[in-house]
Amino acid sequence: MEKSQRPLSPHLQIYRPQLTSVLSIIHRASGIALVLGTLVLVYWLLAAASGAEAYSSAQQLLGSWPGRTLMLGFSFALFFHLCNGIRHLFWDAGLGFELKTAYASGKAVVAVSVIMTVLAWALAYAMRGGG
Amino acid sequence: MKFRTPLARVRGLGSAKSGTHHWWMQRLTAIALVPLSLWFVASLIVVVTAEHALVVAWLHSPLVAVLCCALIVAIFYHGQLGLQVVVEDYVHTEWLKVASLVVMNLLFLLLATACLFAVLSIAFRS
Repeated sequence: MEKSQRPLSPHLQIYRPQLTSVLSIIHRASGIALVLGTLVLVYWLLAAASGAEAYSSAQQLLGSWPGRTLMLGFSFALFFHLCNGIRHLFWDAGLGFELKTAYASGKAVVAVSVIMTVLAWALAYAMRGGG
Repeated sequence: MKFRTPLARVRGLGSAKSGTHHWWMQRLTAIALVPLSLWFVASLIVVVTAEHALVVAWLHSPLVAVLCCALIVAIFYHGQLGLQVVVEDYVHTEWLKVASLVVMNLLFLLLATACLFAVLSIAFRS
């Protein structure tokens, strides 16, 4: 496509970051991250299908500290994308567009996704019996 | 000047010729993924640290296998729709955009098939 000489709209860094715009960007970023996370799902499921040996080595890899850190990131991305996605669904229904509501729902999304991530990991560790 | 009736404009389905189909399927898969992903994460909390035999036993249940397959289809459909928009937003060279979308779609198809195969191969194991 030929580059047109028309003036461009100001770039992203011109604007002061706001909760609403930052969450919108994180929504897209977390979506992209979750697509990469599906590779872990594919690996885990194929390892489970391949047998006990392949599964235990997959478990070892995912249970290592780098693996756990990655899974922590993916779990937060999932909870954030889930919560903010529900916020988007309300917008699609025409609800919650008032500035005050949009900010309140944004704060709620951040709080709930952090709480869900902490809760999920606390439960997983409790199920395992620590360690 | 508007010579076209609203109906004709609707039937024309816009320049992409697909109307609201992309948008609608994105919402539909999103709604499906709300309960499915919550169920999956809750199950993973129990299953993920357990040994292989428990995972196999878990996926052996028809309900679990069906829900897993539904989850896999919804995940990859939703991911494909989402990444398509990302590519369309940022890749402006036409051939590169089309090539990215083709490669991406084939890759998604392959990954989804691999997941479905893995789940079904465990579910049908005797």
